Amino acid sequence: MSSILRVENLTKTYQSGGRTLTVLHSVSFDLQAGDTFSIVGPSGSGKTTLLGLCAGLDRASSGSVFLNGVQLDTLTEDQRAAVRNQYVGFIFQNFQLLPTLTALENVMVPLELRGERGAEKAAKDLLERVGLGQRGHHYPTQLSGGEQQRVSLARAFANRPKILFADEPTGNLDTDTSATVVDLIFELNREAGTTLVLVTHDLELAARTQRVIRIKGGQVVSDTNSVGSFQ
Amino acid sequence: MDRNLPKLTTSTSFSWLWKMAWRDSRRSRQRLFLFMSAIVLGIAALVAINSFSDNLSQSIDGQARELLGADLTLSASKPVATKVLNAVGSERSTEIAFASMVLFPRTQGVRLAQVKGIEGGFPYYGDWEMQPASAVSAFRQRAQKGLPVALVDDALLVQFGAKPGDSVRVGSLTFLVVGRVLKTPGQSAVATTVAPTVFIPASLLPKTSLLQKGSRVAYRYQFKMAAGTNVEQLVKRMGSQLDKQGINYDTVAERKKQTGRAFEDLGEFLNLVAFVALLLGCVGVASAVHLYVKEKISSVAVLRCLGASGRQAFLIYLIQTSLMGLMGAVLGAFLGSLVQIVLPDVFGSFLPVTVETSLSWSAIAQGVGTGLLVAVLFALLPLLTIRTVSPLRTLRSSYEDDTSGRDPYRWAVYGLITLFVLGFAYLQTSSWKTALSFTGGLLVAFGVLTGMGQLLMWAVRRFFPVSWSFVWRQSLASLYRPNNQTLILIISIGLGAFLITTLYLTQDLLLGRVAFSASGNQPNMVLFDIQNEQKAGVDQLVKEHNLPVVQSVPVVTMRLAEINGQTIEAIRKDTSIKIPEWALTREYRVTYRDSLISSEKLMLGKAPFQQDGTPHISIEKDYLARLKLKLGDTLLFNVQGAMIPTIVGGTREVDWNRVQTNFLVVFPTGVLEQAPQFHVLMTRVPDTQQSAAFQRDLVMKFPNVSAIDLGLILKTVDEILEKVAFVIRFMALFSIITGLLVLGSSVVISRYQRIQESVLLRTLGASRRQILRITAIEYLLLGVLAALSGIVLSLFGTWGLAYFIFKAPFAPNFVPLLAIIGIVTLLTMIIGLLNSREVVVRPPLEVLRAES
Repeated sequence: MSSILRVENLTKTYQSGGRTLTVLHSVSFDLQAGDTFSIVGPSGSGKTTLLGLCAGLDRASSGSVFLNGVQLDTLTEDQRAAVRNQYVGFIFQNFQLLPTLTALENVMVPLELRGERGAEKAAKDLLERVGLGQRGHHYPTQLSGGEQQRVSLARAFANRPKILFADEPTGNLDTDTSATVVDLIFELNREAGTTLVLVTHDLELAARTQRVIRIKGGQVVSDTNSVGSFQ
Repeated sequence: MDRNLPKLTTSTSFSWLWKMAWRDSRRSRQRLFLFMSAIVLGIAALVAINSFSDNLSQSIDGQARELLGADLTLSASKPVATKVLNAVGSERSTEIAFASMVLFPRTQGVRLAQVKGIEGGFPYYGDWEMQPASAVSAFRQRAQKGLPVALVDDALLVQFGAKPGDSVRVGSLTFLVVGRVLKTPGQSAVATTVAPTVFIPASLLPKTSLLQKGSRVAYRYQFKMAAGTNVEQLVKRMGSQLDKQGINYDTVAERKKQTGRAFEDLGEFLNLVAFVALLLGCVGVASAVHLYVKEKISSVAVLRCLGASGRQAFLIYLIQTSLMGLMGAVLGAFLGSLVQIVLPDVFGSFLPVTVETSLSWSAIAQGVGTGLLVAVLFALLPLLTIRTVSPLRTLRSSYEDDTSGRDPYRWAVYGLITLFVLGFAYLQTSSWKTALSFTGGLLVAFGVLTGMGQLLMWAVRRFFPVSWSFVWRQSLASLYRPNNQTLILIISIGLGAFLITTLYLTQDLLLGRVAFSASGNQPNMVLFDIQNEQKAGVDQLVKEHNLPVVQSVPVVTMRLAEINGQTIEAIRKDTSIKIPEWALTREYRVTYRDSLISSEKLMLGKAPFQQDGTPHISIEKDYLARLKLKLGDTLLFNVQGAMIPTIVGGTREVDWNRVQTNFLVVFPTGVLEQAPQFHVLMTRVPDTQQSAAFQRDLVMKFPNVSAIDLGLILKTVDEILEKVAFVIRFMALFSIITGLLVLGSSVVISRYQRIQESVLLRTLGASRRQILRITAIEYLLLGVLAALSGIVLSLFGTWGLAYFIFKAPFAPNFVPLLAIIGIVTLLTMIIGLLNSREVVVRPPLEVLRAES
C-alpha cells in the first residue's frame, strides 16, 4: 500500500504577547491509503492544529506534510485549495454548511468547483445514500443537527476524496444521532476506500479506527494500533 | 513527487461563479439592495441634470430662431444709417432702448425701468406671452394711429399693484397700459427681474423728451430675411463695415451658442453637486459592503476549504455587488428620468426657451455607467479582504487573518477612485485646475472627517470615564468597540452637514456683500443722466428734500480710437495681441478731476494732470494690465467726434465695493469741460417713503433723470439669489437624502450585530429605558460630532471663498449653524432609536429566534 499522508517533524509556533508558543512540537507519522486513524488528546493539546496542517488549511513553522505525494508547505494558498478540492473531504464539528445554499447545492459545490458534469445527479444520489433524498431543497436552518451533519457527510464524499478529515464530527450531536452519523461515516469510508483522519475527544469513537495517536502539550505521547493500550 | 499536484481550479466556468453569486444572494438580497439604495439618488441627480441638459440643447436647437425672434439683429449706441440698414434687408423692426424713471399715477409708484420704443413686426419667430392675448395687435393698431399705448412687464405691474387699463408716465407723456407682458421672445424671467421693461411706440419717443444729447440709448434693428438667405455669409461680408461703425450683430447661430454656453456652466456645477451625492452614496456602499463581507467570511472560509481559490471567492461577491450596483444605477436612472420632468419648473425662470422633456438615452447610459463603476470601485475596498480569508476559520472561528501586510491592490483601488473623481470633474469642467481643486477639496473633506472620527475613538478610549454610570459607559464604549459605526457615520453625516452649511453660508455671504454696500452712511441712491443745464435744479431738489449731496461727478462718453498709434481695427486683426475684444470696442464712461478720491489708491505715476497741453490720464490697475498698457503709452480717444490724444500718466487701485461712482479712466480737468456730458449725483435717503416721495418729484420735474435705488437693487439681487439658491438647494437635497439613506442603511445593517448585544443586555436585566438611553447617547454623540465637523469644514471652506474669490468680509451668523447641528443630531438619534425599538418591545428570545 502507498503512503497517502506523511508528516515529518511538524512544528507550529505562534507569537503571543512577545512570547513564542509552541503548539505542535516535532510531530511525525505516516498513513497508508485506506487507513482509519484518530488523533485524541485533551483540549488545547494541538490536535485541531495538527488536523489543519495535515489538510493544508495552514502552514507549519517547520517540518513537512506530504498529501498524496504533494508537499503542501511549498504551495501557495490557491494551490493548496486545488489539492483540497481534488483529494480531501472535510467534516466539521459545527457542520459548516453554506447557509444560503440548499442541502443539494451544498453537496454540489465540490463537484462544481472541479467543473464536473452531472453534479446534480451525483449530489442527489449521495443525499439519497445518507437518507436525505427528500430534503435536498431545504436550507441548513430548516434541518436538524443530525441532518445537517449527514448533508456535510454527503458533501465530504462528493468529490470522491482520497482522504477524509473529520473534526469532532459528533461534538454537536446527541448520543443517538451521533451513533447514526458515526456508522454512516465508517460505512461510506469503507465503500469509497477513503483514508479517514478523525480528531475526537471520544475514546469510544477513536477505538473504531485502526490507529490512534495521542497528543499532549503539542507532542505525540503514544501511537498505537489498538485502543486497549490507552489504559 | 509533485506530479500529483492538481491544476489550479481557475478554469472553473464563469457560469458557476454567477450561479454561486445568485445562490448566495438569495438570503440577503433585500439587504444587498439596501446597500445599493445609497447610490440611487446620486445617479438620479446625475441622470436628471444630464437629461435636462440634453433636452435643453435640443430645445435650443429647435427654437433657435425664437431665441432671437429674427434672422439677424444689429445693435449700436447711435442710430444706424438707413443706407446700411437697407443694405442688410428691408423687412425689419426697430427697438430704441434706454433706462428711465417710470411712474404709475394711480398708485404713485416710481422706479427706474427699461423703456423700449418699438416699431415693426418683431418678433418674426416665436410670440409674446401677453395678457390679454390680443394686447399685441391692439398695441400695434393704436400705435399706428399715434395713440400713447404701452405694454408693461408683469414684474413692474405687480410691484406697483397696477394692471392693464391703468396708465404709466414715461418722461413727459402718459401711456395707456394695454397689456401685461408675461414673456418676451428670447428673454428669461430672470432678465426681466433685473430690468423690467415698458414697451411704447417708437414714434412717440420724441414726445417723451427723454432722448437728449448724452443720453445712453441702445438702438436695435431686427431683420427677417428672405427664405434661403445665408445670414452667416452676409454678416461675414459686411462684418468690417459694421465693425467700423460700432455696430454689433447677433445671428441665430451666435445666440444659440451663447444660450447653450450660459446653461452649460450651471449644468456643470450642478453635475458636480450631483456627483458629490453619488460619492456620498458610495461611502455608504463601501461601509455596507464592509459589514456584509464580515458576515460572509465564514462562508468564504468554507468555500476555500472545499477548494475554491481566493480569486473565485472574490469574484462571487464582486458579481453580487456589481449586480446590485447595476440595479441601483438603473433604478437611479429611472428616477432621474422622472425627476427631469420637474426640472423645467425648477430652472424655468433662467431659461429663454420652453424645454420639452423626453428620455435621454445618452444621459441614462452615462448615469448607469458612472454609478456602476463608482459603486464597484468603492465596494472593491472591502471586497479585497475576501481574497485572503483563511480556510482555517472553519476550524477556529476566532482565527484572525493576517492583515499586517499592506495590500498593493488596496492602494491601486484608492488610486483608481481618485483618478475617477478627477476624470469626472475634468469632463464636467474642462479645467484641470478646477478638477484638481474639486478632487483635492473632497480628499481634504474626507480626510478631515476620517481624522475626526479616529480622534473621537482614540479620545474616548484614552480618557474613558470609568466612574460614570453604566449607561454612559456602554454608550461611549459603543463608539470604539468592534463593529462600531463611528467612522462611517461621521463621514457620511459630516459630509452632508458640510454641503448644506456651505450652501447656506455662501448664499449668506453673497447677500451680505450686497447689504454691506448699502449699510452705514454710504450713499444709497444714484441719480444719473443729469444734463448740464439741469445740474443746479437737481441739486436744489435734493436739498429741498433735506438729502445730502454725497458726490456729484460729470461723465463723458467716448470710444478708443488708437493705442500707441495703432488703430483699433488693426489691433483687432492682429491675433498676436491678446487684448479682449470688448475692451477695445466698448463705450468708455469717463470723468475728469485732478485728484484721487477716498475709494482710490495711487499705484504708479501721478493723479491725472496736463502737461504741454496733453492730458495725462489715470487708468485702473487691473484694466491697465488687461489692455497691456504701461505708463507713457499713448491712447487716442474719440469723444463723440473729437479726437483727443492722451498719455497714460498713472494707475490707481479702486475699491469697487464702495458705493461711489468709480471709473476705469479718469481725465484731468481742463480737457472735457466742453464735451457733451451728463452728471451723476449720489445721495442717501433715510427710508423708502422719503425715497418714493423724492423719486416722484424728480420724475415730474426732470423726467429724463434716472434714479437707482440701492434698496431696489438689493431686493432684485436677493430675488435672483433666492432663485439660484432654490436650484442649488434642490440639488443639495439629493445629497442630504442620500446622507440620510446612508445613515439609515448603515444603522439597519449594524443592527444585525447590535441586536445580539442588546438582547444579551436585556436578558441580563437591562430595562427598556436603559437600552434606549444607551442608543440615544451613542447617536447623540455621533450626530453632534459629525455635524460639528461638517460645519467647521464648511466655515473654513466659505472663509476661503470669501477671502480669495469674493474678497468680502466673512462674518457668519452662528444661530442658523446651531440649528443645523440640532436638526442633524436629532435626525441621527431618531433613526438610531427607531432601529432599536424592536429590541425593547419584544421579548429577548423572540428577537434572537427571528434574527437567527
